[in-house]
Amino acid sequence: MEEIPGVIRTIPLNYYIFLSTALFVIGIVGVMVRRNALIIFMSIELMLNAVNLLLTAFSSYRSDPAGQVFVFFIMAVAAAEVTVGLAIIVMIYRNTRSVDVGILNRLKW
Amino acid sequence: MFYSVVLLSIFGILNLFLGFLKSRAWLLPVTLLFLATALVVTLTDWNKSLFFWNYMMSTDNVSVAFATIIIVSAMLILPLSRFYFPNAAAPVPEYYAILLFSVVGAILMVTYENIIMLFLGLETLSIAMYILAGSDKRNPRSHEAALKYFLMGAFATGILLFGVAMLYGATGTFNLSGLAQYVRTTLVNGASPMLYLGLTLVLIGILFKLSVAPFHFWTPDVYDGTPTLFTAFMATVVKTAGFAALYKILSVSFTGIYSVWWITLAATSVLTLLIGNITAVYQQSFKRMLAYSSISHAGYLLIAVTAMGQTSQSSILFYSLAYTLATITSFAVLILVNENRAGESFSAFNGLARHNPFLAFALTVAMCSLAGIPLTGGFFGKFYIFINALEKGLLFLLVVAVLMSAVGIYYYFRVVIAMYMRGSDDNAVADRIIVPKSYAAVLAITTFLTILLGVAPDLLVRYF
Repeated sequence: MEEIPGVIRTIPLNYYIFLSTALFVIGIVGVMVRRNALIIFMSIELMLNAVNLLLTAFSSYRSDPAGQVFVFFIMAVAAAEVTVGLAIIVMIYRNTRSVDVGILNRLKW
Repeated sequence: MFYSVVLLSIFGILNLFLGFLKSRAWLLPVTLLFLATALVVTLTDWNKSLFFWNYMMSTDNVSVAFATIIIVSAMLILPLSRFYFPNAAAPVPEYYAILLFSVVGAILMVTYENIIMLFLGLETLSIAMYILAGSDKRNPRSHEAALKYFLMGAFATGILLFGVAMLYGATGTFNLSGLAQYVRTTLVNGASPMLYLGLTLVLIGILFKLSVAPFHFWTPDVYDGTPTLFTAFMATVVKTAGFAALYKILSVSFTGIYSVWWITLAATSVLTLLIGNITAVYQQSFKRMLAYSSISHAGYLLIAVTAMGQTSQSSILFYSLAYTLATITSFAVLILVNENRAGESFSAFNGLARHNPFLAFALTVAMCSLAGIPLTGGFFGKFYIFINALEKGLLFLLVVAVLMSAVGIYYYFRVVIAMYMRGSDDNAVADRIIVPKSYAAVLAITTFLTILLGVAPDLLVRYF
């Protein structure tokens, strides 16, 4: 079996940068446009995963493990964030039977 | 600092186990004892400059001082929780544990030497705050605050991380000194555009968390909806740690390209000052006014970061301390007034001076400090920051800041006028508010320190 960094390097670095930038922008647009709290949340996860992809690509190209270590930290923190975030969303759903952010207008912006 | 981080994490877990005890009476003293232990351990690092955890973190006198401010403000806010949870079923041990964990996050943010640690600290602090923001489970306002804070905070984290990835792509390191080395060589060789993009995104991510305009829009709602006790924590600890982190990354790594980023920071600080102060004037609720005031103070602190002079760090330190003390006082009084008179608007404070001269005096001192009136800590805080701006020749920033301080006096004194000049309605509940001992102690300490800093700023400044 070939070494994985070697496999990653068979695709030019720029392609990774374009792909993860595209994913990141899709995530940002999703956060801005969608009204459903869960979908917004998914978009945020998409942003984080774009970052993970980018870090992995950079780290393979530089043969430097630090980037991949950072990816582990991001995944662990994202998992912690998911637990808290879903708990908050469930709490809201129980009270309002909806996860639409449009109803969150008791405090005026 | 090494031991205080480890100890506080262990203490947080211990605190969860204390929840098994039948009696809740010991919780608060024990938690305070934990924090005091961490404080002593932190202070033993004074005058030692060292790296630990494989160059992940470092301590010096300034980071020890910031960590001290953070732990002390946690110690001042905790006693306010004494009568805050009337519900016997409230999971108080969990709240205390989460507060301890968030202090760990804040300490990581002031001692980091590697961006991994900055990220971990920021997230430890933020995730703890998301939970505390939603801790009032029956109140829809609290839910709303939690969801808004969570979505905005996670979004900001995403942006910050993309910036970090870009910086890594450009430089190949997460280390602050490694970044600084790269930046120095780019002055000769020309930088990769990824460096500038990365720096911009990292700045946006951090400024989002610090509620600096134009990324401030979530702040008033979140501060308003969060239970007041935790709003106090948010407004003090998060701000202090965030500005320490922002200053550290810019001063250690990016002074080489100062000419690139200073204008952006100057523009955001002008915008923050204008929006924070002018919107605060129109608020009817004292709590929302404090939220806008915290935005405007972020603007003042940003001036010190922009100036980036020899003494900027010590003025950020002084300003954070003065701001923290005054903010804790105001939130403590707000909790008492809200519980006894059921209102957070300015009119709830009517006639407070007649029934509770001590509360009125403490709040007046706090308001003077926030507004920057002489003989309070806030005056010297602003004074040092203005001197920084002047030394760097940032005259337009100085003009805006001075004008906006004048606006600040107007809205800070509305509550003072309500307390001293307006009588309360006769049929309203105008009885004397009974001040619990823990509140009295906290108010006495913060008020004393605010005046002390205003009379003898030398006590603190000569160390830096």
